[in-house]
Amino acid sequence: MAPKKGKAPPPAPAAEPAVDPDAPPPPEPVPPVAIVYCGVCTYPPEYCEFGASLTRCKDWLKEEHPDLFDKYYSDEALQTKVGTLSLEAQTKLEKDMAKKEVKAEAKADAALKKKMASPIIIKRIERNKRKHITSVFGLEAFGIDLKKASKQFSSKFATGSSVTKNPQGLEEIVVSGDVSDEILEMIENEVGVLKGIPADNVELVEEKKKKGGD
Amino acid sequence: MFKKFSASTDIASQTPVKTSVQRSIRANVLSQWKTEPETLEAIWPKKEGLMHVKCREHISIYTIHGEPLIFQHFDGPFYPTLRLLHKYPYILPMVKVDRGAIRFLLAGAHMMCPGLTSAGGYLPPADAALPANTPVAIHAEGKEHAVGVGITKLGTEEMRTVNKGVGVEIATYLGDDLWAVQTL
Repeated sequence: MAPKKGKAPPPAPAAEPAVDPDAPPPPEPVPPVAIVYCGVCTYPPEYCEFGASLTRCKDWLKEEHPDLFDKYYSDEALQTKVGTLSLEAQTKLEKDMAKKEVKAEAKADAALKKKMASPIIIKRIERNKRKHITSVFGLEAFGIDLKKASKQFSSKFATGSSVTKNPQGLEEIVVSGDVSDEILEMIENEVGVLKGIPADNVELVEEKKKKGGD
Repeated sequence: MFKKFSASTDIASQTPVKTSVQRSIRANVLSQWKTEPETLEAIWPKKEGLMHVKCREHISIYTIHGEPLIFQHFDGPFYPTLRLLHKYPYILPMVKVDRGAIRFLLAGAHMMCPGLTSAGGYLPPADAALPANTPVAIHAEGKEHAVGVGITKLGTEEMRTVNKGVGVEIATYLGDDLWAVQTL
């Protein structure tokens, strides 16, 4: 962008090589504080105790940053933490947290189950008598990048392929040409980005144009 | 503000910001935050174009390389995102809540005065009192890093005297949906 007309910025002819916002440029900026985030719950480790996965967070911290683990979970650290709260309040809090953790785990389990059961619909849609398009719906539930998948389809089949919103406002991939069987095969063989999809969930549907339609 | 936020449904548009507008944003940020031009330059190099991400309810997020750095509600003050605040903790004045309040804060509740005035809390002393509607970093008792960014609803001296009701409104907090998006 950088417009070249108007008043030219006189000083510092390209004196800042810093592209990365984290890398400090020459004129003594205060460097950022280095901070470690928990690999499990993404919080700073000192807040893991308020997250829903304390046990796993603790394991992670012990493994990755033993020094921090000692800092936050040693006996004295726990002692000082309790300091300002009454004992009952503390035990109650701990109970609450334990409950929350169990709940969160159950929720994650349920979500995973639901995910594994979510359907994928490959629909063959008739356009003109002998011409079809194929729409693939439900891939994103398995963590597949729709754009990449669509690119893969278009290069594989040498046809147009796009990510569009269907009338419900959900995203689906539309491939021109009747390629439903090929796509099914690709999903079964886990080609390219199409990974981790249970083939049982895939459903082939055909949609004919109604008579007298435009 | 970001209790419920998802990139796919809540973002209306993403546009690069005009240089002239960027300049005014930069000036505003410098006047609102406690930071030197050099540090801001490190956070946000002049050459990097800012992206303006418009969201529902008049929320604007400004990103660099897809990483949210600054956000704003309507044309109110600029807030740093929590990740930015963790890196540069001194850019906003600090208040502290006591330990009991942390879990409510992490559920997105506004901070009530008693949590700020109690023994574990901290408000700036009388000679550095903050007026109402100041963006503040919210720290927690016994913790090193900030848990949230908020805006004072009462002056800090007023909080001490009234000691009731909402003292600091939360803009973003640890674990909300803005925290969850690392890049837009």
